[in-house]
Amino acid sequence: MKIVIAGCGGVGGTIAEQLVQEGHAVTVIERDNKVLQNVTSRIDAMGIQGNCTSIAVQDEAGVKNADLLIAVTNHDEVNMLTCLIARKIGRCQTIARVRSPQYFNEIGYIRDELGLSMAVNPEYAAAQEMARLIQIPSALEVDSFAKGHVNMIKVEIPEGSILDQMKIMDFRSKVGDDALVCIVEHDQEVYIPNGSSVFHAGDKISVTMPIYAMNAFLTKIGIKAKSIKRVMIAGGGKLGYYLAHILLDARIQVKIVERSEERCVELSDLLPKAMIIHGEATDKQLLLEEDVESMDSVVAATDQDEENLLMALYAHKVTDAKVITRINRLSIGEVIGDLSVGSVVTPMNITAGYIIRYVRSMQNSYGSNVETLYRLVDNKVEALEFIVGENAKVMKDTLANLNIRKDVMVCCISRHKKVIRPGGQDQIQAGDSVIVVTTRPGLNGIDEILD
Amino acid sequence: MNYQILRYILGLILIFEAVFLLLPGLVAAIYGEPCGWWFLATAAVVVLIGFALRIKKPTNMQFHGREGLVLVSMSWILISLISAVPMTISGVVPSYIDALFEMVSGFTTTGASALTSVEHLPHAINFWRCFSNWNGGMGVIVFIMMIIPKAASNANMYLMRAESPGPSFGKLVPKLKTTARTLYLMYIGLTLIQLILLLCGGLSFFESLCIAMATAGTGGFGIRDTGFSMYSSYVQIVVTVFMFLFGVNFKFYFLLIMRKIKEAFAIEEVFWYTILFAVASILIAIDIFPIAGTIGGSLKHASFQVATVMTTTGFATMDFNAWPIFSQVLLVLLMFVGACAGSTGGGMKVSRFIIYIKSALKEMATLLHPNSVKKIKMDGKIIDHETIRSANIYLIIYVMLMAVSIIIVSLDQFDLVTTVTSVIATFNNIGPGLGAVGPAGNFHSLSILSKLVLIFDMLTGRLEIFPIVILFVRDTWKK
Repeated sequence: MKIVIAGCGGVGGTIAEQLVQEGHAVTVIERDNKVLQNVTSRIDAMGIQGNCTSIAVQDEAGVKNADLLIAVTNHDEVNMLTCLIARKIGRCQTIARVRSPQYFNEIGYIRDELGLSMAVNPEYAAAQEMARLIQIPSALEVDSFAKGHVNMIKVEIPEGSILDQMKIMDFRSKVGDDALVCIVEHDQEVYIPNGSSVFHAGDKISVTMPIYAMNAFLTKIGIKAKSIKRVMIAGGGKLGYYLAHILLDARIQVKIVERSEERCVELSDLLPKAMIIHGEATDKQLLLEEDVESMDSVVAATDQDEENLLMALYAHKVTDAKVITRINRLSIGEVIGDLSVGSVVTPMNITAGYIIRYVRSMQNSYGSNVETLYRLVDNKVEALEFIVGENAKVMKDTLANLNIRKDVMVCCISRHKKVIRPGGQDQIQAGDSVIVVTTRPGLNGIDEILD
Repeated sequence: MNYQILRYILGLILIFEAVFLLLPGLVAAIYGEPCGWWFLATAAVVVLIGFALRIKKPTNMQFHGREGLVLVSMSWILISLISAVPMTISGVVPSYIDALFEMVSGFTTTGASALTSVEHLPHAINFWRCFSNWNGGMGVIVFIMMIIPKAASNANMYLMRAESPGPSFGKLVPKLKTTARTLYLMYIGLTLIQLILLLCGGLSFFESLCIAMATAGTGGFGIRDTGFSMYSSYVQIVVTVFMFLFGVNFKFYFLLIMRKIKEAFAIEEVFWYTILFAVASILIAIDIFPIAGTIGGSLKHASFQVATVMTTTGFATMDFNAWPIFSQVLLVLLMFVGACAGSTGGGMKVSRFIIYIKSALKEMATLLHPNSVKKIKMDGKIIDHETIRSANIYLIIYVMLMAVSIIIVSLDQFDLVTTVTSVIATFNNIGPGLGAVGPAGNFHSLSILSKLVLIFDMLTGRLEIFPIVILFVRDTWKK
């Protein structure tokens, strides 16, 4: 597909890179020549230097014939205007990044009036993910499917768990019917388990199951469930604000530490129920004074990766709270794998995931849309949810008789709000939402799981 | 330097070279010429070496600008070395150095010949010479790139940037592979049109094909000892027009095809290229009127000669050694200018000259108004400082290398004009110079040392200096 990306800073560059990898013809528009050169020398995309709200520039970038325009500059207004112009001069679909809470609250109206196909808000998406992590604190990652009815959670197998040294064929009889292990990370290796795989303590496993079964499952494998009542958020930027908002609605106490006094005043106006602390998040005295030790969860969500890391390491040392760290630079991800910084959330990656999901749905002609897409374990694994269309080939036979690819696993079928743990006798029906996990990224439609 | 990946991709390039070698083998089969077997034998050996190099997949797939530059220059050297082998072992060109000179001259689209007579060469060899012109014109690696999938993560991009001529590299479409394909499609299309027009002029298919390929690559190899003087006026005019067309930046044609007529004609480089061509043709036509006799004749010869020199093709309808000095000087100066960037022509490129002249004007404006702020623009866009700096450095190294080459060639004791123009004509990939290496002469009488120097000059000129020069920097080869 022909895709134009306006703005190639952090998010734009990441999206461009991943879309090029998926084989699309990408053109990027960027005002700053240095940034543009940097991106176009790194990836196989064409660069146009200029202002993306200019009709001439959009024309040069080929918006007239493009299928999709993604506006991800730093300014919400520029993004919205860019999409509006693109709609007028071309027939392309448009995606805009809209971050400011004011606009985001009115996003439904904006989307309709400007003809946006989608609005993405990296900070809000990250805040939602963090909130899910706080609600299930024992999980390292929580991804939700089927409109929130099914979760895929990643947990580390604790010492002395019944899972230690267990073969996967015994899993169903010993742990229960609801849960299904989809991905195992053992040392550096990532694989989709088969009948003979064995679990070890320290492995990280990703498990899909319906929401109601979660607590029972965690208790069974030896992870203590606890509920979180007090959360400290370092950094009161957009992400901090969105997160506090979600948590306060769930009646969780929130304390925000923010450096800028001006922003503190704003926050206290916006979030009257939260406690706003003016100070440095890396100041040990301040943290102790504010009782960091008694927090159930500490979220490091400032703009600075370094500060977040320091804060997370410190919090991990002095408390046994659930620690969540925001990391902006993707390249840091590899390095911090071994550090105790708890769960890591990268807003950019979540956004890129949303957009790629959208692109794949646009591309897919089978009528089985990609409903959800999560890119896991450094993008080595993908978890996708498809809504099965009328003509899908996968409905022909039972799962046992279908010739399903070796690197694909069907993890869950959700039918009329009922969650089915798929077995060989089950058959996929039209309208089902099917969750699959694959180590071969790039599936566009449900029928591609067949060999 | 990632040696593994160099080996791996070089293997692929060798396999392609083997495929190319089959083509003259085919021509030899048609004409029943024994030298064809040697082409096939060379192809067989090359393909084996190619596959041997690719047996082990590299563990390290890192590919950066450095590897791109080295790989491009190494492929060009290797391809030339191999292409010359069947010419020598078949006994057609007894001296390997002469054969190498001929093939480097072919692939770099220089068209300078070290052979005394080409009319009696086997068809296969003549085809091979002209094919090398055609292949080298748009680029050997660009050709390979449009066929293969990505060689390594970013390899293709760095390779294409290193091979394509001009001060900066611009894509036509977002994807590199599509860009390469679009370029070659336009190239093949134009070549076919010329081929058909030549056939209409009554030439044989083989001769038309050779001329079309040599024109398209702006190479300049001919298959007649008398050059173009014996062809009809129709053929001469067709070739003039097509030489001019192949010297135009291919972006121009792309924009025309996309129906962006206004943008196409707004390319400054194409504008100045046309003006330069027209003015020089008229001036020379006036100058040679006494020799040519008629207005039409002098215009025809003048425009042919200006086109051949500006686009660095190097055909000749007349021996311009006999022309007035004014015309000779004008032609030598045009040799430096060259064709447009992004065309198949060589030389310094019109766009670099535009940058030089604009920088000079800006410098003068700064002397008069020290506090004025002014950016150099081309096609309505600011040229960034990096491009200007790299164009300036290009000029400096260009002059230095040329000076050193002239000093070495001067050891051969030819006259000044021959010595200087032999270097100018090879470095700028034109072909014939003046004096003993003029259109009526050839490079046969030069010493081996001079031929080696000129081989180096041709490669350096075609690849625009930097890829070849960095081969001599020690830092390049560090692990």
